[in-house]
Amino acid sequence: MNNSEPRTLFEKIWDQHIVYEDPELQTLLYIDLHLVHEVTSPQAFDGLRMAGRPVRRPEFTIATPDHNVPTTDRSLPIVDLVSRQQVETLRKNCREFGIRLYDINSVKQGIVHVIGPELGLTQPGKTIVCGDSHTSTHGAFGALAFGIGTSEVEHVLATQTLPQKKPKTLELRVDGELGYGVTAKDIILYIIGKISTSGGSGYVAEYTGSAIRALDMEGRMTVCNMSIEGGARAGLIAPDDKTFEYLRGREFAPRDFDQAMAQWKQLTTDPDAKFDRVEMFQAAKIAPQVSWGTNPGQVAPVDGKIPHPSDVDDPIEQKSIEAALSYMDLKPGTPINTIKIDKVFIGSCTNSRIGDLRAAAEILHGKKIAPHVSGLVVPGSGQVKQQAEEEGLDAIFKQAGLEWREAGCSMCLGMNPDQLSPGERCASTSNRNFEGRQGRGGRTHLVSPQTAAAAAVAGHFVDVRELG
Amino acid sequence: MQPFTKFVSRVAVMDRSNVDTDQIIPKQFLKRIERTGFGQFLFYDWRFDENGQPRPEFELNLPVNQGANILLARRDFGTGSSREHAVWALADFGFRCIISESFGDIFYNNCFKNGVLPIRLSEAEISNLFQLMRETPQLELVIDLEKKTIVAGEDLTINFEVEEFRRQKLLRGLDDIGLTLQHLNKIEDYERARGWIEHT
Repeated sequence: MNNSEPRTLFEKIWDQHIVYEDPELQTLLYIDLHLVHEVTSPQAFDGLRMAGRPVRRPEFTIATPDHNVPTTDRSLPIVDLVSRQQVETLRKNCREFGIRLYDINSVKQGIVHVIGPELGLTQPGKTIVCGDSHTSTHGAFGALAFGIGTSEVEHVLATQTLPQKKPKTLELRVDGELGYGVTAKDIILYIIGKISTSGGSGYVAEYTGSAIRALDMEGRMTVCNMSIEGGARAGLIAPDDKTFEYLRGREFAPRDFDQAMAQWKQLTTDPDAKFDRVEMFQAAKIAPQVSWGTNPGQVAPVDGKIPHPSDVDDPIEQKSIEAALSYMDLKPGTPINTIKIDKVFIGSCTNSRIGDLRAAAEILHGKKIAPHVSGLVVPGSGQVKQQAEEEGLDAIFKQAGLEWREAGCSMCLGMNPDQLSPGERCASTSNRNFEGRQGRGGRTHLVSPQTAAAAAVAGHFVDVRELG
Repeated sequence: MQPFTKFVSRVAVMDRSNVDTDQIIPKQFLKRIERTGFGQFLFYDWRFDENGQPRPEFELNLPVNQGANILLARRDFGTGSSREHAVWALADFGFRCIISESFGDIFYNNCFKNGVLPIRLSEAEISNLFQLMRETPQLELVIDLEKKTIVAGEDLTINFEVEEFRRQKLLRGLDDIGLTLQHLNKIEDYERARGWIEHT
């Protein structure tokens, strides 16, 4: 660890968090912030109890229920008894171990990856973990943030550290300007389409280039959020003035903000630092994207067509395309913009922030969704919901014919009652189009909030660039 | 955790790529707060139809695959969600070793925490194994973590790689938290250096 050698942003954060390094073993990495939710934590707390271990740093640990909570009337008890027990268990564990909990009726409750940044807990240079693969979201602030399993959740609770193997570094560079109607979501879907769902496996990705710099913080969160869909456990973006302005004045932002900012400004990749691998993309080539298959690498431009299995040479890939088309009930050669949808879902840790809702509302303003379409708009947090209601966005959604709900993960994974029925086809702003993800037999197309809103109105996919 | 050294088993063959953790353990089973009993839900939506009846054509329902402790699949096994429930379900069902060309990073990690050995092999080696299992479905493989080998009959031995620290932990059945707490003084030193209040 020679500090005079040029280093990448990732290496700087990594080096600052080394507790112990053993050439034979992994690096023991200190964890600054641990986010906890109801689904992946109960067994970890049980483990602590069985071993008689306390939580080492409860003050670095924050909890909220988000995955299985209903998004309907919160004054009612949770109908699903198993879900209710899981939320109660989180409550009980937080009380017992002294962890701050933003409970179901708090305005600060929400999807854990939305509230972390919103509360100012997510900060440049921090190491952040959560028992959730979309923890990569927080990398948008120049933090090293990654998802972990429940055994690791227990490990962090007990020791505030994690043994880690140092990943390799990958630069994903997007230069140039995005066209009209093309969003952060389209950038990341496009990248995953190019590098595949395992392209980033074993790497931490840093997103660079003028198109990334031009994104606002919410757009950067959308990009980093789906790093895991490209195989990378973490994705990060160097902090800049946009990052600092976003954080200034937030509840948990550092009290001496200017001093913190001076340190954060060091968190960039040195000009001569080398990545293990570099992939470059041109923003101008990116069209609005629509996923057509059952993994997030199976995407096409909205003005494109469903591929033929014979478009690829690899027999394993051919088989994967055939299976995906069969599940999705799509035929090769079908133009994307002729695919009809039944449902629309605007929400998830990828696209449920105020900017996402504003973008969808702009398209839906004064319009009605197609008669055969129904859908949900689910804000990412209580605070996003409040803000949207102050701006009258809820009224726009309701007038258009969509339901306006309480904050949570909702139909992104359908752990609560928000699910697709078998065979239903959904334009979804979420992050995974796996078989049955949004409900058994449901068919998911991943898109941006703009594309989802436009599809809801038209009843089928449309090119938002043609609306302008 | 039980030490993992060497074992012999038949192989359940799953000719699929991109098997994500949502398939391994669907979301409706993540509401449980226990760590055990997930095997009955393994690959639930593939194993069972809408009425909860077994789908006879699904790989793990085939008679030839019953009782196998090794799962062989195509590339990108265990991608997606971090849910450790996926490994709990595989382990509870009886799988101690998963062989694939590549794994999701979090899933790969989770396996070692639960005494399951994920083995990465090259595309050619995976294809060979598929071919071999097609020819001799009852063939038993010897998985030897000491020697880092898979022995398939008298003619074929495949070497595999696994990081040494992971191998040691599996071989000795070591508990990660216990190991880390041996370095408690270093954690305290680190916290002190960062200027944080002494932990009591």
